Amino acid sequence: MPARTSWIPYALIAPSVVFLGAFFLIPLVQTIWLSFSAGDELSLANYERMVNDLNFSLAVRNTFLLTLVVVPVQVVLALAMATMVSKLEKGRDIALWILTIPLGISDLAAGLAWLALLQNTGYLNSALYALGLIPGPVGWLSQETPWSLFFAIAAAEVWRATAIVLVILIAGLQLIPKEFSEAAEIFGARPWTRFRRITLPLLKPSLQSALILRTVLAFEVFAVVYALGGRNFPVLAGEAYTWQNENQNYGVAAAYAVLIMAISLAATAVYLRVLRTRPEQLP
Amino acid sequence: MADIVIDRVVKEFGSFRALQEVSLTVRDGEFVALLGPSGCGKTTLLRIIAGLEKQNAGRVVIGGRDVSDLAPRRRGLAMVFQNYAVFPHMTVFENVAFGLRMQKAPQAEVKRKVERAASLLHIDSYLDRYPAKLSGGQRQRVAVARALAVEPAVLLMDEPLSNLDALLRLEMRTELKAVLREAGTTTIYVTHDQTEAMGLADRIAVMYGGKIDQIGTPLEVYATPATRFVGGFLGSPPMNFIKVRCAQGMARIGEAAVPCPPADGELELGLRGEDASLDPGGSGIPFDVRVVEPMGSHLLLTGSIDGQLARIVAPPTAHVTAGERVALTVDPSRLTWIDGATGRALARA
Ligand SMILES: Nc1ncnc2c1ncn2[C@@H]1O[C@H](COP(=O)(O)OP(=O)(O)OP(=O)(O)O)[C@@H](O)[C@H]1O
Ligand SMILES: [Mg+2]
Repeated sequence: MPARTSWIPYALIAPSVVFLGAFFLIPLVQTIWLSFSAGDELSLANYERMVNDLNFSLAVRNTFLLTLVVVPVQVVLALAMATMVSKLEKGRDIALWILTIPLGISDLAAGLAWLALLQNTGYLNSALYALGLIPGPVGWLSQETPWSLFFAIAAAEVWRATAIVLVILIAGLQLIPKEFSEAAEIFGARPWTRFRRITLPLLKPSLQSALILRTVLAFEVFAVVYALGGRNFPVLAGEAYTWQNENQNYGVAAAYAVLIMAISLAATAVYLRVLRTRPEQLP
Repeated sequence: MADIVIDRVVKEFGSFRALQEVSLTVRDGEFVALLGPSGCGKTTLLRIIAGLEKQNAGRVVIGGRDVSDLAPRRRGLAMVFQNYAVFPHMTVFENVAFGLRMQKAPQAEVKRKVERAASLLHIDSYLDRYPAKLSGGQRQRVAVARALAVEPAVLLMDEPLSNLDALLRLEMRTELKAVLREAGTTTIYVTHDQTEAMGLADRIAVMYGGKIDQIGTPLEVYATPATRFVGGFLGSPPMNFIKVRCAQGMARIGEAAVPCPPADGELELGLRGEDASLDPGGSGIPFDVRVVEPMGSHLLLTGSIDGQLARIVAPPTAHVTAGERVALTVDPSRLTWIDGATGRALARA
């Protein structure tokens, strides 16, 4: 065999490196730089301003609360759905197709759809009124009803983005040979035990991917919140948007962006550590 | 009591009939080997007995109880899977302990039984390893140990020793037989290794094309095959089949004549290679030797009888050379007569 020319692999990945550099790394470095500078010198002024803003702690609290509620609900729902779909003998593909329809809808459109349901003159109020359950329009999404606003946003997020978890988990389930579950069944494991002792541990790598993806996206939640609550429900990405466009303060917006990134990276690191699968335990 | 009655079980995959009315009775504590070529339905039958697959018709009765509609875990059996199905995320110890854990056995008992099964299969030094770090043969032994550890009343094994080297296989086979006999375990043991089936089994069921062609003791299926397939599948060399015409109770082969059962039409004479003896200068069945292979314990002669391929086993000291025509004498009582049209053996006189 002729000696392999050593520059070929580098040449082959060069285009993607250039692409990543131009459209990802450079803006990233710029954003980080922007967040840490005031005029031309290094400074924490933007971060100070961000932290001292009235909405900051509210945005942090809301974002975490939303993530802590939405992601576990999505994972549990997706696990249940994936288990059921993979048990289907007929119509598996069509079921999966229907379940993933929300994935094809942009998050803003999803937010607007839920707004049409839940606003004062929305379908929910009309239905409740028609049933005689309410005397007139009830506000679900106002500042005075923070909890119903929160649950509306959580429900919309769950509806919109559970399917991505579902798709990843179904792919993972398909990789587990059915003999493992069968062997467990022969040796006396009930369905719930089989799920807990066999399926779940073997699904760990897929769960890890799904959790990382969903958590990172949950920390970036924006369009659905914006459509349903506007600034009545401040979240981190929303604050970044406000500082950028309404306050025209790019430095504080960048600080928010860097904060979101830091939180996402930390969450990813936690998942990688907690849900790691030792190589010898892979099938 | 854990006898197994398989009653006219039919299994279809789409339009393909994998099992056609299979019936089989295994007595309590009996060891039955299921022997047959690849794809004949051995695994399918085992999976139906275990309850992992639902039969289209027929019943499975274990210990007098119709288990056809019972979940696998309620059937009181253990199984060794053809592809092992050893849990990758558990250590060897936890794999072997799995059944006992499901029975909520006390820790001391789990430890004792796991260690016993592990030492029987020579895997005691890998107990805290993960299966990915084991060889195929070691993994297979983990699967066997996992099944033995629960001391089941009924044990189904799907080619449990197929991945071991010849020496280890022989050793495991002997130990397995001793342990199962001692425990009185009713065992169905799938294999396509006939010496394994012969050595282990109380009875052998020979399967072919989704049917059980014959069930009997190793000696019965070997000496008196019920079909052409069974005769050809068992024994090394396989049984020879010579087409003959039978007239007035005698079949003529060359200059020789052999008494044959009354039948009309084409008959085939089934002759085991070792049931013929050389008769130098005699007037027996003429055999044209083409190849002589010294096998140590015997000579394997390949040639033709009446223009049809045949293999004969001769004593290692016999003087035979390739190209020679020798005469063979046979004991008529050891011959098998096959109906050429149906492939089934004729009833013996
Ligand atoms: N799930 C299935 N779907 C369709 N056909 C199947 C299925 N399982 C088995 N078969 C078919 O049924 C027949 C019997 O298969 P089975 O696995 O029982 O064979 P086997 O005797 O165990 O063979 P081997 O010795 O190679 O393991 C084969 O022809 C196989 O193609
Ligand atoms: Mg098989």
